[in-house]
Amino acid sequence: MPDQDKYNEADPLSEAGTGEEEMPSAVESRTFDLGTMEGQSLIKAERLADHPETPAIEDRVVARSLWQDAWRDLRRNPIFIISGLLIIFLVVMAIWPGLFTSTDPLKCDLSKSQQGAESGHPFGFDTQGCDVYSRTVHGARASITVGVCATAGAALTGTVLGGLAGFFGGWLDSVVSRIADIFFGIPILLGGLVFLSVIPSQSIWIVVAFIVVLGWPQLARIGRGAVITAKQQDYVTAARALGAGNARLMLRHILPNAVAPIIVVATIALGTYIALEATLSFLGVGLKPPTVSWGIDISSAADTFRNAPHMLLYPAGALSLTVLAFIMLGDAVRDALDPKLR
Amino acid sequence: MAEQPILEVKDLVKHYPLSQGVLFRKQTGAVKAVDGVSFALGKGETLGIVGESGCGKSTLAKVLMNLERATSGQVLYKGEDISRLSGAALKAVRRNIQMVFQDPYTSLNPRMTVGDIIGEPYEIHPEVAPKGERRRAVQDLLDVVGLNPEYINRYPHQFSGGQRQRIGIARGLALKPEIIICDEPVSALDVSVQAQVINLLDQLQKDFELSYMFIAHDLSIVRHISDRVGVMYLGKMVEIGSDLEIYDHATHPYTQALLSAVPVPDPTARETRDRIVLSGDIPSPANPPSGCRFRTRCWKAEDRCSTEVPLLAVPSLLSGPAAHASACHFAEVRQTVTT
Repeated sequence: MPDQDKYNEADPLSEAGTGEEEMPSAVESRTFDLGTMEGQSLIKAERLADHPETPAIEDRVVARSLWQDAWRDLRRNPIFIISGLLIIFLVVMAIWPGLFTSTDPLKCDLSKSQQGAESGHPFGFDTQGCDVYSRTVHGARASITVGVCATAGAALTGTVLGGLAGFFGGWLDSVVSRIADIFFGIPILLGGLVFLSVIPSQSIWIVVAFIVVLGWPQLARIGRGAVITAKQQDYVTAARALGAGNARLMLRHILPNAVAPIIVVATIALGTYIALEATLSFLGVGLKPPTVSWGIDISSAADTFRNAPHMLLYPAGALSLTVLAFIMLGDAVRDALDPKLR
Repeated sequence: MAEQPILEVKDLVKHYPLSQGVLFRKQTGAVKAVDGVSFALGKGETLGIVGESGCGKSTLAKVLMNLERATSGQVLYKGEDISRLSGAALKAVRRNIQMVFQDPYTSLNPRMTVGDIIGEPYEIHPEVAPKGERRRAVQDLLDVVGLNPEYINRYPHQFSGGQRQRIGIARGLALKPEIIICDEPVSALDVSVQAQVINLLDQLQKDFELSYMFIAHDLSIVRHISDRVGVMYLGKMVEIGSDLEIYDHATHPYTQALLSAVPVPDPTARETRDRIVLSGDIPSPANPPSGCRFRTRCWKAEDRCSTEVPLLAVPSLLSGPAAHASACHFAEVRQTVTT
C-alpha cells in the first residue's frame, strides 16, 4: 500500500524529513484508540499488504463531529451513567410520588410528633406528626421543579443575553451589562420579601420566575466573559474569512468553547436555588403549605435538630443527592466536550 | 506584467479612531495603521511584504480579506473593487481569496475535528462540493498537504505545530482560491519545520496556480519564496521591486538597514560586514513624523525630508536593477551592504 508509506517515510514535500510527523509524547499517552502513529501505521500497512482486498483508507474512516464524540464518550463514562440514573430516579419520584409511598404527606397525627422510625414509617415523623418519608418523596416535585426550571431559565436567559452582549459588544453590551448590574445589586432576600409579598398568589411558577429574574445576571456575566474570550481567537477570524455568518460563528465556534464555565456555574446554582426556595419559604414568602417541598421541611426542622435530627437529615439528604447528581452530570458533560481530556 | 493583475491595491488606508470621553465619545485622533498603500499582484506570483512589528503588515492582510473595513482606497480583484462589498457578493469573493494564519495553535478550533475544520468551507459554500463528496474532498486535501487522510477524526491538539499549519493551509485551499494571503505563516514554527511548510506552499503554488501575498518579518524566507518584495514602514510602502532589485540593489535606507540586520551564517563575513544600526524606536502610528516617515531614524535625513513626502516611484537618476520604486528623496544603492 504505497499510499500508507507516504506519511511514514520521508515526506516528498519536505526537506527536513519526518521529524514533525511524530506526535508530542503527552498526546500519545492520551489518545485512546491510536498508539504511536508510526507503529500503528506500520501495522496497518502490513495488514493491508496481507489483504489487498481491504477497501482504500478513505472509505474506512467514518467522519465524526464533536457532539458525536462527546456522546460516545459519555455513554462509557460511569459518572455520567450514575448521575443520569439518579436524575431519572428523582424525576420519576417527582412525577409519580405514588409509586414510592402510599402514605398521604398531609395526613398527620400530632400524637406522633417528632417520633423516630417505626414500621411503615421508615424516616419517622415531623413536629406535626406527618410521615417524613412520604413528605420527602412528595417534596421532590416542588424542589426539583424549582431547581431545574429556575436553573434552566436563568442559564438560558443569562447565556443568550450575556452571549449576545459579548459577541456584538457596543451599545447592546452596555445596555445588557447595566441591566444585569441593576439586578445584581438587589439583595436576593430583600428582593424576595418585597416582590413576593406584593404578589397575591405564590404558586411554584412565581417562585421560579423570581429566581430567574434575580439569578440570570450571574450567568450572563460568566457567559459574556467566556464569549469575549472565545470571540478573539484566530479560529473565529478564520471562519469569518471563509464567509461564515454570525449564527455559525456563535453556534459552531464560540458556544462550544464558551459553554464549560456556564455549565459549572449553572450546576452549582441549581443547588443554591433549591436552598433559596427553602429560605423564601422560611421567610413566609415562598412556597406555602399545603405545598410539600424539601425547602419547607428543612427550614422547619432546623429548629429542632438536636431533639429530632431525622427531620432535617432526610430532606436535606435528598436535596444534597439531587445537587450532587446534577453537578456530576455537568462535570461529565463538560469533560466530554473538551477533546483534550479524552 | 502585461496582463491585468489579479489583485490591485490603490491608496489603501486603514485608520483606527482614537476616542475619549465616557458618556460622549469624541474622536481625538487615529492610529494610521495602513496609510496609502498601493501595489499589484499578478497571477501565479508571490509578493512578499516585509517590515518590522507594528508597521501595518497584518492590518493590510485583514483589510484585503475584508475582515476590517478600509477607511479609504480600493482593493481591485480582477478589476472589481471588493473593499466595499457586503452580504452575498462579499461571500462570493471570499471563495477566491483565502488566508493562512500566523499562529497554528489558535487558528484551529480546539473543539472541532480536523475533518470538520477543513470541511467547514464546504458547509459555508455548499456549491463547491456536493454533500456526499465532502468527506472525500477533505481527505484529498489532507493528502495534498501531506497529512494522513485517516486523521479526519482527530482534534487539533493531537498534532504538532507544523502539522497544524498544514491543516490551516488545507482549510485555505478547500475553496480552490486564486489568492492566498499568508500572514506570517511560519513565524510560530521551529526553523526545521518552517522549511517544510514553505516548500509545501511553493509546491501548492505550482500545482494550483496560486498567487500569494506572503507577509513575514524574516527576510531570508521572503527572499526564498517571493518573486517581488514590498518593504513597509509605519503604514507605508517604502520600496517595492523584484527580489533581486530589493535584496541586491536596495535604494531605500530603511531596506538597507533591514538587510544589514539579516543574520549571516559565515563567521568571517560577519566580522567584516557593514551593519547599519538604527537609532530610536519606531514612531507612534497615531502621530507619525511629517514628510518622510523614516526621517527620524535616517542618517541621510535633511530639511527636505520633513516637509516633502517622498512618493513611491522609480528614481529618475538610477538605472539597471536599481531603477525600481523607492520612496526616498536620496535613493541610491549602498554598495557595502552584504547579505
